[in-house]
Formats: sequence, C-alpha cells, structure tokens
Amino acid sequence: MYHKTIPYRIFSIFNYVLLSVISILCLLPMVHLLMVSLSSSAPANAGLVTFWPIGFTLEAYAKTFDNTNFLSSLWVSVERTVLGTALAMIVNTVAAYALSKEARVFRARNIYLWYFVITMLFSGGLIPGYILILKLGLMNTLLALILPGLVGVYNIILLLNFFRAVPKELEEAAFIDGAGYLRTFVKIFLPISLPAIATVSLFIMVGHWNAYFDGLIYIKDAERLPLASFMQTIIVQHDMTKFDPSFVAKSERTLRASQIFIGALPILLVYPFLQRFFVKGIVIGAVKE
Amino acid sequence: MVLPAAILVFIFSYVPMTGIVMAFQDYKAGLGITGSPWVGLKHFRYMAENEYFIKITLNTLFFACTKIVMNLIIPFIFALLLNEVRNMGFKRSIQTLVYLPHFLSWVTLAGILIDMLAQTGIINQLLTNLFGIKPIFFLGDGTWFRITIIVSDVWKEFGFNTIIFLAALAGINPSLYEAAEVDGASRWKQTTHITIPALVPMAIVVATLALGNVLNANFDQIFNLYNPLIYQQGDIIDTFVYREGLLTGQFSFATAVGLFKSAISLILIVISYRLAYRFAGYRIF
Repeated sequence: MYHKTIPYRIFSIFNYVLLSVISILCLLPMVHLLMVSLSSSAPANAGLVTFWPIGFTLEAYAKTFDNTNFLSSLWVSVERTVLGTALAMIVNTVAAYALSKEARVFRARNIYLWYFVITMLFSGGLIPGYILILKLGLMNTLLALILPGLVGVYNIILLLNFFRAVPKELEEAAFIDGAGYLRTFVKIFLPISLPAIATVSLFIMVGHWNAYFDGLIYIKDAERLPLASFMQTIIVQHDMTKFDPSFVAKSERTLRASQIFIGALPILLVYPFLQRFFVKGIVIGAVKE
Repeated sequence: MVLPAAILVFIFSYVPMTGIVMAFQDYKAGLGITGSPWVGLKHFRYMAENEYFIKITLNTLFFACTKIVMNLIIPFIFALLLNEVRNMGFKRSIQTLVYLPHFLSWVTLAGILIDMLAQTGIINQLLTNLFGIKPIFFLGDGTWFRITIIVSDVWKEFGFNTIIFLAALAGINPSLYEAAEVDGASRWKQTTHITIPALVPMAIVVATLALGNVLNANFDQIFNLYNPLIYQQGDIIDTFVYREGLLTGQFSFATAVGLFKSAISLILIVISYRLAYRFAGYRIF
C-alpha cells in the first residue's frame, strides 16, 4: 500500500501543512479586517493592529450604526435582495419548466431557447442599457436594480437541465389524475427540484447583495443606494461627503473596516451552512450528462 | 409560461441591442437615436489610430490571459494535492476555507486590499519589520499594480476553480488504482498515469471555454482598485468604456468601443464552444 511507504508519509505531512497554510491565508485578510474594526483608532491608524485588537472598542460599529445613510442603504440592499430573488425565481423557474419540455410538446421550444441564449452571447453594452433605463424613467428607483438582471439565462439553463432529469412517469401520473401543467409544476417539479432551486436562489441572492455597479450609475440619492454601492463610494472612491466629517479624520480606518465587515457579514454567516448548495450549483452546471 | 421571461429579455436585452446603431452616429441626447447624424465608421477609425486604445487592449489581453493560465494551473495542482488528503473532515474544512473569497464581492475585497496594501498597512509593516524593505506603493506603481491584480484574482478564485477538477477526480474508477497497486505502481506513478490523464479532458474544456473571455479582464476588480496614476499599465477596455461613456459623456464612442469588444468576444465564444464540442463533446444544453 502506497500510503504506508516512508516517502509518501513525508509528502503527506508536507501536504497537510501546505494545505493548512494556504487555507488560512484565505481567511486571514477577513480576520485582520475584523481586528482593525475592533481596535481603537490611534493604534489602527498607526498600523499596529495585526491579528488581535489593540484597545478593544466597539466605537466604530456604534458610529456606523449611527449613520442614517448606512442604515437606509442596508435596508435597500435587503429589499433588493429579497424582492429581486423572489421575482427572479418565479420568472426563471416557470420559463425553465416550459423550456424543459421537448420540442414535440412545446413547439416553439428551440426558437425560444435560442432567443434566450443569444442574449448570453451578445449584448448592447453599457451605454444603450443606461439610456434605456433613462428613457423608461427608472432612474433612481428600486426597479432599475431588479428588472434588468431579472432573467438569468444561465440560471434558466441550470434549472431546465434539472427539470429534464425528473422522471417522465411522475408527470404522466399527474396528468392522468387530471392535473394541468401549472399544477404539475407546482406540486411535482418544484418540490422535487428543491436542491437546484435552493442553489440558484443562493446565487441570485449573493449576486444582489454584492451588486454595486447598477446602484452606482442608476441611483442618484445617497439614501437610496444599496449597501454595496454605498461602500464603493466611501471606501474605494474615498468620497467622505456622505459622512459626518467631524469623526472621519480621527477614526477613518476603523470605521471603514467596520463597514466592510458588516457588508460582508451576511455572506460570512450564511456561507458555511449553505456551502454544499453553492458547490452543487457549480457541479451541475459544469458536469452533467 | 415563457412569456414573462421573454418580454423582460426583449425589453432589457433586445431593445438595448438596437442602441448599437449609436456606434455609427454622433449621438446627441437631445436628438435621440432617430435624429442624430450618421458618421459611418468614424469612431472605429479613431479607435484604430488611438495609441491609448491599443495600449488598453494590450492591457486587457495581458490581464485576461495571465489570469486564465494561472486559474487553470493552480487549481489543477491544488486539486491534485487535495486528492491526497485521506482525512475527510480535514478535506472539507480546507474546501470551506478556500471557496470563501469567491463569494465576497470585489468592493469588499478592494476595501480590504486598499487597507492592507497601504503605506501603513499590514503587508508593508510586515515587509519592513521582517526584511527591512521600504514600503512598496502597491496600488500606485504600474508593475506592482499588475502583480496585485493577478495575485488577488488567483487568491479569490483558485479554490472555487478546483471544484470542477474535484468533480472530475470523483469520477475516476477506483478499480484503476487497485489494478495499479497490484502491479506495484507507486503513488507518483498512479498520479501521472491515472489521475492526470483523467483530468486533462476537463482542463482542455476549461481552457477552450476561457477563450471567449480573453477580452474580459474583470471590470469589478480593476474598477475598484485602479487610479489615474497607473492607467498606463492598469486601464482596461471596460473601465475605459465606463469613463468615456458615463463620465465624459461620449456615448457614441463608448458604444463603438463596447461593440468592438462584444463582436470579437462573440466570435471567440462561438469558436470556443465548437472546439469544446469537437474535442470533449461538451454542450451547455
């Protein structure tokens, strides 16, 4: 047996150490960020904080939650994530169900499929999309953040591949019992496909939570910006006008760290528990027959 | 039942496609698409003669190609190493940790990177304290900026990209290893003769499909990390389109640049899918 040989054992120890170091490197930046956010501003600004808070304080978090713009942005993000995901799931699963039927049953299937796939391959680009939102009068509304990306062709394809794997006998039995397409879909296909639906919903949710660019170009009022866009403006562009200048100067670094951390928190909290769904999504997308 | 999706796609994908005609006009917001004067290929000629545009095209190709290669080789090796771990709990913990950065947004990561790479940030502190190196201006020096972009992209995505290889590894028939064991093959021999050949088809598919992305250098990453100091080495087509279009207001020129990029990408995607289908029988649906 190969794993009993001495060279393999040496390799194995080396391998475990290497893999541990690499995976810790993936976590350390977040740990460092958290520690900066929990430190008092003087040692943080001097760059003394590494992986343990110096002068532990929750001041930065208190200030962040005192900022009404931050709170309204948090709310906009929750709104867009919940609404956007719910709407997207309804529209996409229904479309995927219809498209999972064979061309014999649903005659226009292949035409529709290409109609959707073409949008994956080619798009009008940034400017025409921007002008469209302008012309539709959606500027500065929540709908501008939800509608343009509502139909995810890739997600439809994932779901339709999953629906296609549902045994035909189940559907036939439902038809014999007098159920229509809609009823069959709701009562049979949805419950059976729950893992796929959970996976796709998660991807859409993370997408909404992390999306910042649409908010940046379509939303003009600071209090309507989603959290990701809000963070982009203050953290990356250093646009501190949206902040009370009196405390920006003295605790800027810990404040930024606390905001970044809160912004990433929902994902950090949800991720370990739902990891297998995320992974499944990639695998059903990549490896299937 | 397809109708809601079809209508939304029509409005938000097909209607903007008609906006492409702007690339052949001098679009004025007051005149609209129907009223703006036609200028033929003016914007495209300007693009071809514009030295800066050529520079950012090369930047885009550099970033995209380096990332494609690195994000293929490193996950490949990482999957092989992970495959040697026999303790399932340890394996799963490693996977959980290395997938994590993939789910964080570039805004979050840019915030962290800007903080860590600052003059007083933890990285420069470490370099100074351990090696006595003067603080490096990571995001303000062209070469260091490029290195930062590549390294941070690999750091964010390598774990996630191993998933595909791990799936391929799980599909290898265990009796192959048993037979090799009986024949007295060492683990190294087993790896080079069974494991790696089993992963190569997957690697070819991934590499071929990546062809469609050679003009995508990752807008979100560059946009959140770059600054005017390093435009020469760091600016890419997508960020250029954004600045020209939405900040400077040159709608037509920006659309022309965008069209140039999507047209080339489209051709490459079609070629790559054909190749992937021919070599590996890969289809998306």
